[in-house]
Amino acid sequence: MPVDIDIAKVARLARLALDEEALARYGEQLGAILEHAERVQALPTEGVPPTSHPLPMRNTFRPDVVRAPLDRDEVLAQAPDVEGPYFRIPPVLGEAPETARE
Amino acid sequence: MSDPADLTVAAAGAALRAGELSAVDLLGAVERRAGVTEAHLHAYLSLDREGSRRSAETADTELASGRDRGPLHGIPMALKDNMCTRGVETTCASRILAGYVPPYDATVVRRLRAAGAVIVGKTNLDEFAMGSSTENSAYGATRNPWSTDRVPGGSSGGSAAVVSAGSAFAALGSDTGGSIRQPASLSGVVGVKPTYGLVSRYGLVAFASSLDQIGPLARTVGDAATVLAAVAGHDPLDATSYRSEVPPFTAALDGGVTGVRIGVVAELLGDAIAEPVRAALRSTVAALEEAGAHVVEVSLPSFDYALSAYYLIAPAEASANLARFDGVRYGLRIAGATTEEMMARTRAEGFGPEVTRRILLGTYALSAGYYDAFYGQAQRVRTLVRCDFAAAYEKVDVLVSPTSPTTAFAVGEKSADPVAMYYSDVCTIPSNLSGDPALSLPVGLDGAGLPIGFQVMAPALGEAVMFRVAAAVEQLVAFTDRPALATSEVVLP
Amino acid sequence: MTARRDVGDFEAVIGIETHVELQTASKMFCGCPVSFGAEPNTTCCPTCLGLPGALPVPNEQAIEGILRIGAALGCELVPYSEFHRKNYFYPDLPKNYQISQYDLPLCVAGRIEVDVDGETAVVGITRVHMEEDTGKSLHVGEGGRIADADHTLLDFNRSGVPLVEIVSEPDLRTPEQARAYGAELQRIVRALGVSDAKLEEGSMRFDANVSVRRSGTATLGTRSEVKNVNSLRSLQRAVAYEIERQVRLIESGGAVVLETRHWNEDTGVTTAMRSKEESQDYRYFQEPDLVPIEVDDAWRARVAASLPELPATTRARYRALGVDARTASTLGDDPALVALMDDAVAAGADPRLCAIWLTGEVVAYLRREDVALDATPLQGAHLVELASMVGAGDLSATAAKEVLAGVMSGEGGPRGVAEQRDLIQISDAAVIEAAVDAVLADNEDAVAKLRAGDPKPLGFLVGQVMRATGGKADPKLVSTLITARTAG
Repeated sequence: MPVDIDIAKVARLARLALDEEALARYGEQLGAILEHAERVQALPTEGVPPTSHPLPMRNTFRPDVVRAPLDRDEVLAQAPDVEGPYFRIPPVLGEAPETARE
Repeated sequence: MSDPADLTVAAAGAALRAGELSAVDLLGAVERRAGVTEAHLHAYLSLDREGSRRSAETADTELASGRDRGPLHGIPMALKDNMCTRGVETTCASRILAGYVPPYDATVVRRLRAAGAVIVGKTNLDEFAMGSSTENSAYGATRNPWSTDRVPGGSSGGSAAVVSAGSAFAALGSDTGGSIRQPASLSGVVGVKPTYGLVSRYGLVAFASSLDQIGPLARTVGDAATVLAAVAGHDPLDATSYRSEVPPFTAALDGGVTGVRIGVVAELLGDAIAEPVRAALRSTVAALEEAGAHVVEVSLPSFDYALSAYYLIAPAEASANLARFDGVRYGLRIAGATTEEMMARTRAEGFGPEVTRRILLGTYALSAGYYDAFYGQAQRVRTLVRCDFAAAYEKVDVLVSPTSPTTAFAVGEKSADPVAMYYSDVCTIPSNLSGDPALSLPVGLDGAGLPIGFQVMAPALGEAVMFRVAAAVEQLVAFTDRPALATSEVVLP
Repeated sequence: MTARRDVGDFEAVIGIETHVELQTASKMFCGCPVSFGAEPNTTCCPTCLGLPGALPVPNEQAIEGILRIGAALGCELVPYSEFHRKNYFYPDLPKNYQISQYDLPLCVAGRIEVDVDGETAVVGITRVHMEEDTGKSLHVGEGGRIADADHTLLDFNRSGVPLVEIVSEPDLRTPEQARAYGAELQRIVRALGVSDAKLEEGSMRFDANVSVRRSGTATLGTRSEVKNVNSLRSLQRAVAYEIERQVRLIESGGAVVLETRHWNEDTGVTTAMRSKEESQDYRYFQEPDLVPIEVDDAWRARVAASLPELPATTRARYRALGVDARTASTLGDDPALVALMDDAVAAGADPRLCAIWLTGEVVAYLRREDVALDATPLQGAHLVELASMVGAGDLSATAAKEVLAGVMSGEGGPRGVAEQRDLIQISDAAVIEAAVDAVLADNEDAVAKLRAGDPKPLGFLVGQVMRATGGKADPKLVSTLITARTAG
């Protein structure tokens, strides 16, 4: 049974402006893929820890040393729109979520 | 003399040092070959004619003055277009990065340049490395040199095709679920996915961070080892880069296989694998046994679930890695009344269908209420895969299997059915999940004259035994066929 | 009983989230310099710009910094910790995810004490975790606020600066406590030297979570989150306002909504921010580009050994010496004053006197002359000398202050300044007695009133003796003598 997904919500979360037809198509395809992916749910994994890393490494740090940043010209060179020393974008509709900003 | 474009890296290097050929000659040969083959293959997205010319000339000057940078000095190489090259367009075969020029070199690129390699151009790939056929490129598909109505494999299809056709001596690709090995198998060349962490990912445009690795494609096992040695090693710019000394693996390639314990993966011998592929495996294994290896069958039951786990983990990580493509700081921007609208339209228009599919899938697998059932469960399956490998390596030194369930399939054959396409990676995915190294080399042709790949897998940091076994296979099988297309003679109608 | 706003039979429950920018030399995950006020987009690299292919590598010094903060807040430094990706789209967040920590932060379960008017409250610290700061947006348009913007400009200099988030338990109960908590965190962070913690510059930021409930209730009320608090005073005012607003709302039959509210310092109110249709789904997953952090006992020991004396300990030390709580608190705020105080006390000076002088005349002088303490010649030895002169009766309290100012101006040591300015008191009993007798003889009416029990003329008589002695008599001694001679 293909899995039923609120594809419109997923598309909003992923910032993808898809039209109705595209949403329906992707929703169906995702449903089919997930049906196969759901196979993993059949496996008993109680007590099995998840692996996020193939490496057993820990504590990789770098010393607090300054490295020359990019020239501003390089920073702005690929920008679609620039105003003076800034990146320019259309007005932002929403407030930023949680993290405190000035 | 045969066309220099068909020399191995080792032979080319010898010719350079013997004064028989110059680096400029090698580059010229490669450019001539590309001039003839590219119309059929479309393997290169861009050629850096000026830059490569300068590099070749510099290499000749340096070698003449006694400055020898090593085995890659003056050797023309190709790079998959998902590795950042400073000042040179890097598109990841996506519209969203059309015209994007990185302000920095990937670490592997810096190391290749330091080794004196001549970078010829950037090769085609499935968009953002997502695919198994290179049909997902926004700039058109690449064709297989062995049969141009077939795919070269993917996602590093362009790199595999140029090495196979002789329009590069060697190339770098990236492998997340098999994207170096599977195209190597379908295109009849050698491809290596190293131990995770052996090669820096700094400058590789990320697809799935805990799975991606950069590796070499070449025409011989020895060449592949040479290229890998030039780029491997700790990078302070990559926190997942392995810290300790890289165990040496270029020497002792001729160690042979006497006494080596070889495990054949039971789960990859079934009917889902095409018969010619199974037959090639059987005969290769028989040859190994005759050469003194101890061969047993080994079962790794979690392999049956590896594909499903991968198709939850990889898209999940990808959905976050590709979030940065939003039209704000670089790349494509589609206008919008608000930034939110601009971002959503840019991404909808900039990403192709496969990438869109995986972003949606990954976002879903991570979302509230679904994380544990999908992503969380997949990570636990991943542990089971690692455990199966660990248990297997108690009994054997290397594991072997086919690289791909089929030989090269026709263009358009699987592109309509994502799930069928995903199945191309069933043999390769487990070693991405475990982080262990794996290599593919050609061992024969099927009835249609298409190459068959043989996969050798080894424990983490076991590159030495992996290359040794592969070199032995290469010698035993003596597969020297090249595709008919690999010629610089223009065939008149 | 701590004074409470007029909130009837309601109790306020307050928790505070604090962000501290660590002033390391380089950013959290890349080598770009951390600098305040640099030209826009001049301290950026592929990593903090979120360019394709870039990778993060954690700053060792920043990790050291957060562990020290955690230890100073009495936290447990956990043996195993992970970084996570917090996924959301916002233009000042270059990767459209923030590298942060989710369920395995570096520090947990701490506590600090805050002092409000002599009353101590214990505030639990739930967690301290590491994250990276975002870039800055300038909304350009009519109102300067996001709602009226025509377009937005982005500066990524701040992107990637190390940010420490400190989350308190909801143990605070009054706006005064909230402010005291904020102030104490600021003191601690500054004492550690990890950040200048300037609210006005944004290197320290507060968000307050406020809810109310009827006194005696165990369950928590719905909370609101208050943002845009840019000073300690704002913190107190905003919390106070929010408590009142919620109480009034409930009393009038309404219900508090879980929402984020924006504090406006000028108008003195909080307003609801635009609500979203869906609450944020951050899709946290472990950061695959970073490896976990393990802190062992040896590391914990090194961190503990690296801590300076914390403000609370300093204050307690001074209180034990007899200094009152408020003075001890003011003293403890300033490491330079603490150094001087400790020098003087070690050499035997009266702690209370020194504390009063340091927090009074010395601070006033520094403010007046707009100089730093180390720009004046004031030494601990000076305080010792001054204290002994006062103890011997050579200087009145008022004179001592003047002498102190003179010493700080570079006029010399205390005795020298006192002599130059002719401030040495007469404490010779015979001289004073003679003066007292003379004044008493000249003012029989006043004497009579005193003898009759009326205390009013005492001050007048003391004043007369002071005038007769040119202001140099020890007024305490004079007063004692007059009282004795007019008793009974």
